[in-house]
Amino acid sequence: MPDSPLFTAAAVAVIVLAIAVVVGVGLKVMRSFRDLGTDAERATYNTLHAASRAGQHLRGGLQPAGAAKASKQLRVLLGCDALAITDTDSVLAWDGAAEELRPSLMRLAEEVLATGRTAVVTHAGQGPTAKAEHGNHGFSAVIAPIRAGSRVVGSVAALAPAAGAGLVRATSEVADWIAAQLELTELEASRTLLMEAEVRALRAQISPHFIYNSLNAIASFINTDPARARELVVEFADFTRYSFRRHGDFTTVAEELRCIDRYLLLERARFGERVQVSLRIAPEVLSTVIPFLSLQPLVENAVRHGLEAKEGPGHITICANDSGAFAEVTIEDDGVGMDPEHLRSVLAGHTDGDHVGLRNVDARLRQVYGDEHGLVIETAPGEGTLITMRVPKSQPDHDA
Amino acid sequence: MNPAVGLFAFLAVSLATAVVGFYGLRISRTTGDFYVASRTVPPWWNASAIGGEYLSAASFLGVAGLILLSGTDALWFPVGYTAGYLMLLLFVAAPLRRSGAYTIPDFTEARLDSKVVRRVTSLVVVAVGWLYIVPQLHGAALTIRITTGLPSWVGSTAVVVVVCLTVVAGGMRSITFVQAFQYWLKLTALALPVVFVLLVLAGNGSEPRAPLPINPTGLAPAGAYQHISLLVALLFGTLGLPHVLVRFYTNPDGQSARRTTLIVLGLLSVFYLFPTVSGALGRMFAPELAQSGQADALVLLLPGKLIGGVAGDLLSSLVVAGAFAAFLSTTSGLVVSLSGVISQDLFGGSVRGFRLAAVLAAVVPLGFAFMTDTLALAGSVGLVFAFTASTICPVLLLGIWWRGLTDTGAIAGMLTGAVLCGGAMVLGTLMGAGNAPAWLAQPAAWSVPSAFAVTVVVSRLTKNRVPASVNRVMSRLHVPERPVATER
Repeated sequence: MPDSPLFTAAAVAVIVLAIAVVVGVGLKVMRSFRDLGTDAERATYNTLHAASRAGQHLRGGLQPAGAAKASKQLRVLLGCDALAITDTDSVLAWDGAAEELRPSLMRLAEEVLATGRTAVVTHAGQGPTAKAEHGNHGFSAVIAPIRAGSRVVGSVAALAPAAGAGLVRATSEVADWIAAQLELTELEASRTLLMEAEVRALRAQISPHFIYNSLNAIASFINTDPARARELVVEFADFTRYSFRRHGDFTTVAEELRCIDRYLLLERARFGERVQVSLRIAPEVLSTVIPFLSLQPLVENAVRHGLEAKEGPGHITICANDSGAFAEVTIEDDGVGMDPEHLRSVLAGHTDGDHVGLRNVDARLRQVYGDEHGLVIETAPGEGTLITMRVPKSQPDHDA
Repeated sequence: MNPAVGLFAFLAVSLATAVVGFYGLRISRTTGDFYVASRTVPPWWNASAIGGEYLSAASFLGVAGLILLSGTDALWFPVGYTAGYLMLLLFVAAPLRRSGAYTIPDFTEARLDSKVVRRVTSLVVVAVGWLYIVPQLHGAALTIRITTGLPSWVGSTAVVVVVCLTVVAGGMRSITFVQAFQYWLKLTALALPVVFVLLVLAGNGSEPRAPLPINPTGLAPAGAYQHISLLVALLFGTLGLPHVLVRFYTNPDGQSARRTTLIVLGLLSVFYLFPTVSGALGRMFAPELAQSGQADALVLLLPGKLIGGVAGDLLSSLVVAGAFAAFLSTTSGLVVSLSGVISQDLFGGSVRGFRLAAVLAAVVPLGFAFMTDTLALAGSVGLVFAFTASTICPVLLLGIWWRGLTDTGAIAGMLTGAVLCGGAMVLGTLMGAGNAPAWLAQPAAWSVPSAFAVTVVVSRLTKNRVPASVNRVMSRLHVPERPVATER
């Protein structure tokens, strides 16, 4: 089928791809001809570039995969024949020649790991293979310890035919530099831990006012309408069960909506028909993962600060829409609105007191998804409030 | 045929699509309906949506046309299209739903922990999507030309404009409802005319003008190799279709994803009865369509030819409406999922970026459609399936079922598949009409195994690149979800 549209389409696609590749290669070649400074400048650049590339690979800690990639860069940096990185029990990576020495390296490094002092070991071909291949030269290995704090966590070994003072100095520096990278990794890990702890603390801030008000409202029904009071107590129990649950920092839009339903039932016990709610939910986003208790505080804010102060009935609209790779949830009320300046200072954490819920949700969204996913709030005094939340639908790392 | 019939049908379907898309959710609910709102889409509704999205121009027009041309051989197409869902059900549906990734690039990135794999997968997904939209536009061009007599480009442009407008204006907010509506529209549009034609033929006792087994074209029948290759392409190709996979996320969990797939199997089986019967009727009562090169238009022309009059016109307009439902639903589904991928990788995922990406996703294939000619819809869609089967499918299947997959292996496999299958398509074009041997015209039988082999071998060679997260990801994919704790 030569005239088939697909053949032609594929042909066009291949030609376009080919042109793109040629242009790409051409640009790359042209760039390399550009003036890149003096030899010293280039050497500085190359050194720093190799170091930063190796640094990226070491960000995951002393792992075989990262160490293997980093050792390539570091070997070029040191200009030695072979470079090995070990932790305290085994060789993690070996790059370069004389791989047959790999099994014996841990024995050589034993002393360095124990004492934490750089050592030069001359390996004059103890193994028969080493002798055969390298004749009388043998190999000198500079082995420098990697120290994290006071502990020795591994070592770097640089192999060269002859180890001069230069190589020894450079190798110790590389070992110290690796140690610095590992400390950065630990810093990163503790920052993550801190963030998680903060999220847990924020989660726990369920409004005491709400508990107090709900219980009072329920109490008022006990005599007049016992059946309703009983129903409300059950709702209250379910609400607290959800809010105080232990597992997981994430939930789905569907579950959060159910929680909002219970919350509104309780609020309407107080406000009666003054609170009206309409929903417009696209079913596609119901299973989207969102931070636990991230919508309910927004609705609570709308009731508490938007409708409570308003005379007459108020209306809340909750929408959830599918928008490409994101799910967009908006909560709109026609209440009294807020002063944007005041709100700004609340969100920045300068003012305490009201709108704690908003700040809480905003901070968590920013922590989890990054600064561009904070709450977007449109409001003015007397004009109502529109809060928009946009979260990525794809969150393979978060379990609801 | 009366030209107004075609135009009217097209406008009605576009309008209905836009209305369902925009107002599908606009029913304001009070708190009493909270439970309804927070309940996910039931599997059968979701299955209709998948069916609506999946049944493209190839199924609606192409299958009947192929049966007219090549008889029972063409039955492999509906068999393959449907059986692909069996593969999906067995190997992909539930684990993919559990992965939490929304697109195939999302999945490969999460599974292999690599940005580069993501980029390559995105490129492949966009290529597949574009290639798949082209035959839809050809179908639209054909339909408009045959039913209204307007030039071909009007049909494809109209579809692109309608899709762009609805997607950009946010009209696909309730895409599940739109697609489910389209499935039932397509089924009705195909089934009613067939039933009526059968009744009329039975009523006036007309004799067939040609016996069913006679081949009206005199083309040589395809050999066993072609059948096997086609089946490989369709079975494995279904696994990787970007717009179909996205629909599974509307299921709340892996189990309902499986149930949905089962219902889809049923819905597709019912649907494919009708193009098959249409094709058989065409062979017996309108064999001249095969000679005039209008085989793909068989479904459109059959009611007018065999019934005629006002009833014929009405049934024709129903078929045209169904055909446009097919073009619109598949194209808009593809455009939405493509623009999701493009906007995330190219425009940083902003709302404006999504709209721009949507236009890009629809207009590029329009260019392809203008440059190429309408020929054998089912065949060209079959080639898209072959391409998908050679590129996305190995990565998806191995990613779900083999912990040894590495990023290098995945990239090598995708590139191998793309080069082999794409190369075969291009080479087939260069060799000219009828000269291309069977193995070039149907590359799936060798390009899919090669892609699998390369993926496995390269992954084996780069064992040290197996991501550290493999155990965590694998258990997430395969361990059933825990029951929801807050359920009363």
